[in-house]
Amino acid sequence: MAASTNGHDYKVIGTRPIRHDGVDKVTGRAKYGADYSFPGMLFGKVLRSPHAHALIKSIKVDKARALPGVKAVVTSADLPELADKMEAAGEQAINLAHLSANILARGKALYDGHAIAAVAATSSHIAEEALRLIEVEYELLPPVMSVEDAMKPGAPVLLPTLRNKEDGPDKETNVAAHMQFKRGDVAEGFKAADFVVEREFKTAMVHQGYIEPHNAVGIYSADGHATIYCSTQGTFVVRSLCSAVLGIAEGKIKVVPAEIGGGFGGKTTVYLEPLSVLLSKITGHPVKLVMTRGEVLRATGPTSGSTIRCKMGATKDGKLVAAQCWLAYEAGAYPGSPVGAGAMTIVTPYNIPNILIDAYDVVVNRPKTAAYRAPGATNAAMASETVVDELAEKCGIDPLEFRLKNASAEGTPQTVGPPFKRIGFVETVEAIKNSPHYKSKLTGPNRGRGVASGFWFNVGLQSSATVNIHTDGTVSVVTGSVDIGGTRAAQAMIAAEVLGADINDVRPIVADTDSIGHTDVTGGSRTAFATGWAVYDAAQDALRQLKERVAKTWEKKPEEVAFANGLFSPVSGNGVKPMTLKQLAPRLARTGGPIVGRATVNARGVGPAFATTLVDVEVDPDTGKVKILRVTVAQDVGKAIHPAYVEGQMQGGTAQGIGWALNEEYFYDEKGVLRNTGLLDYRMPTCLDLPEMETIMVEVPTPGHPLGIRGVGEVPIVPPPAAVANAIYRATGVRMLELPMSPPRLMKAMLKKRAAGDSQAAAAD
Amino acid sequence: MHAINYESPKTIAEAVKLLAAHGEKARPLSGGTDLIIQLRAGTRRPEFVVDVKQIPELHRISFSLQHGLHLGAAVSCIELHENADMRRYYPGLTEAAHLIGSLQIQSRASVGGNLCNGSPAGDATPALIALGAKARVVGPNGERIVPVETFITGPGRTVLQPGELLVEFLIDAPAKHSSDAYLRFIPRNEMDIAVVGVGGALTLDLDDDRVVDARIALGAVGPTPIFAAEASKSLIGKKFDAAAIENAARLATSVATPIDDMRGTAEYRRHIVGVLTSRVLTIAAERARHNEQR
Repeated sequence: MAASTNGHDYKVIGTRPIRHDGVDKVTGRAKYGADYSFPGMLFGKVLRSPHAHALIKSIKVDKARALPGVKAVVTSADLPELADKMEAAGEQAINLAHLSANILARGKALYDGHAIAAVAATSSHIAEEALRLIEVEYELLPPVMSVEDAMKPGAPVLLPTLRNKEDGPDKETNVAAHMQFKRGDVAEGFKAADFVVEREFKTAMVHQGYIEPHNAVGIYSADGHATIYCSTQGTFVVRSLCSAVLGIAEGKIKVVPAEIGGGFGGKTTVYLEPLSVLLSKITGHPVKLVMTRGEVLRATGPTSGSTIRCKMGATKDGKLVAAQCWLAYEAGAYPGSPVGAGAMTIVTPYNIPNILIDAYDVVVNRPKTAAYRAPGATNAAMASETVVDELAEKCGIDPLEFRLKNASAEGTPQTVGPPFKRIGFVETVEAIKNSPHYKSKLTGPNRGRGVASGFWFNVGLQSSATVNIHTDGTVSVVTGSVDIGGTRAAQAMIAAEVLGADINDVRPIVADTDSIGHTDVTGGSRTAFATGWAVYDAAQDALRQLKERVAKTWEKKPEEVAFANGLFSPVSGNGVKPMTLKQLAPRLARTGGPIVGRATVNARGVGPAFATTLVDVEVDPDTGKVKILRVTVAQDVGKAIHPAYVEGQMQGGTAQGIGWALNEEYFYDEKGVLRNTGLLDYRMPTCLDLPEMETIMVEVPTPGHPLGIRGVGEVPIVPPPAAVANAIYRATGVRMLELPMSPPRLMKAMLKKRAAGDSQAAAAD
Repeated sequence: MHAINYESPKTIAEAVKLLAAHGEKARPLSGGTDLIIQLRAGTRRPEFVVDVKQIPELHRISFSLQHGLHLGAAVSCIELHENADMRRYYPGLTEAAHLIGSLQIQSRASVGGNLCNGSPAGDATPALIALGAKARVVGPNGERIVPVETFITGPGRTVLQPGELLVEFLIDAPAKHSSDAYLRFIPRNEMDIAVVGVGGALTLDLDDDRVVDARIALGAVGPTPIFAAEASKSLIGKKFDAAAIENAARLATSVATPIDDMRGTAEYRRHIVGVLTSRVLTIAAERARHNEQR
């Protein structure tokens, strides 16, 4: 369902062509990272810590090295020791010592699955057997698994050098950072409130769940150049991080992007890539490493589990007057949870005069977290959107109306940053109100309907694009943005729109780091927005040059050439025959040579995204199992270039949000060992667990963007957990404050409520 | 993965000879849906893998009302599910086989393998126990018959001695007005492992709606699958009504010895044993009432 409000008469944008990479993907021809193979290639495997927290006293590799077929064994001793401070690596500021120690543990193993050593051998089986021959002497330390335990005075410390500003330079700590965001006076605000709701929430650590495990093939050449083939969301970030970790100049590393089987933020850092180069450098052979599912779950991703206290107050007419939030997120073994983003999104959908938010980034003996789709915002929205629902109930106001009364709009201050420009939050709430789903009646026992909204900033960052006009009039569009969500099709469509070309005459290419200008990661919902902007500008650049050639042919000035509907024609008619791109292209050689349109952007004025999700559930009163009956998501998508892939993003985010809501969780035992290291027990929803997800695209163009594009990839994951929680409340009367709302947890809460009801009834008798 | 030797004998005698020759170092392979994963994960490291899929007797499904059922140990779950006699006479066992893994897994996995894997959570096992199934085991010293409820001795362990091979299951033909059912609880709707599994078989006397025979078996709530003897016995001779069901469910719950793990808390599992026992008995009774065979 699409309703364009942009008022443009596009020919290509807004249509649903078959994606250019589609045929190779459905026929199995598309090449993913694990498909690469080279003559003489060796196979690498990684030895991982079976302990959550341990000193590494010694690592003996002699027996492994002696196994026939083994060509190299490496440990952190084979990597340069890097400074334990924030440094620039490409465009990011990162603690390189932490990055390096996450690739191969240095001195300490900080989580179950932490990489200790790596082997290269002539077969993956030999490499695996060699791992069994590596002898590691550990001295076990007590594991610190939760933010509560990690923040306790006297808690065992993970990183002896970690300090935070508040506690000063002398105090060892697990708190990497404390951030505070403030507006108005919350004490005064709460005084003005008629209703105050304060709740504490817990959300479990969850994984991005991309189907394709991490992989890398590294080839180190005798001349000191390295090439890496890998599945990544950002080739340039792989290049800069590998350069830093390995001490090889960036210009000597080329990163070639493979097709990517999902990333969701989890493929924006490096794990195997530096190892593949290191092992190749030592052996002189190409080296391939591919993770197992267990390695992916134990040692990559995930996103933070969290504890969030959220207190909000409203007047009885439903105006929010104050919000106070306390967030502590698990960073994993090294600092860098998305708690800042959680804090900056938690109440931002609402115009609240008084806010006070404290946010803590806490290291624990779990894998170093990586970005996951609107990082930090889903945890936060679980808390705030549940409290908003409860306040709406207390005020006796429909939860959608409550949101409309308080919704952020153009001019509303954000928690951080300038006031909002034109945004579409209100429109998403209105769209849900007017949806067939909302207008339908939900009947039957044990059923409930819930709603929640979500906000995400989106980012702009840097992108490069070239648009090549070929001699047959076809066009290739080259970018550095790895295509995760159908962005190649979107780039081709933008170029086709500008140049009046048939979409099938445009070939979108994702180039390696040597073949395109710097381009930041595919992430932050930035690719259609920023790389799309670069493609738009590059296509305009090509069009400008094409007009010059037409002008030359006609012996006119370029400004005397008009272009519309795929035809170059004179501004004022004088008998010259209009010309198409296909007619012009073969003549380029005679009018000055090839045409390449170029553009780069450092995209500013990014448009933030909002979504509102409506969910109907049915709860089995005997087992606590939740069935999702119906779900509709309305999202401000700016301008949907390829609506099918926008809908796909909305559905995908919704599916992940529902998984996060119901069953997904990292399950550690008392020793800090991860017990659910496969997709059997790490329970993502299957297609049988979800209904068809209905989507409503609201198009409020991003001001300043030539096409009004707004990032769409992340925000749909934000509302579902709270929406499901609110639906469960209406079905059962139980407010769930902990994710996942798995059957055991929900059953326990329902039994507790029934017991309380019984004792109340008994007391009344 | 370590290097293994692979053998594919064509007869039971050959298979037993190979298994006996290599003792603890050998492991039979049927569908491989558990063993291959264990090999790759390094949790089992046999040196000899004896593929029993080429042995015709292990693929047999033979049923008659006179002689009951002979179900070969290597019969795949899909073959079982597609067999009209199985669906008609043993609906509970059939639905259990049809719950294992995905359709792709079911086309490889066998009921015999499901048992020999020794998991307390195997879906077929409670269904087999409910039916009073017996396992025919052949070894270097001849054959023996083992009731399925005593087959698994601990997580991943069975009564099979080195050299012994599970050949087939023997199950009586169902009596008139008898039937079976199997339910498992999983948090998702597919591709999952039982948090709790309950199999039940009932024979009713429709004249006064009394229970003539009853067997209840539990999965995933102890180190081995559990035959709930007291719960089963409590029903026999009783009128099949809500009170009898509730009592049996309570007794079944009392023999469950679950643990807390990533699939559920012990407390929750005990609760679910009661819920599923009630549901299974209700379904089995409904089926039994409509079973007019013999």
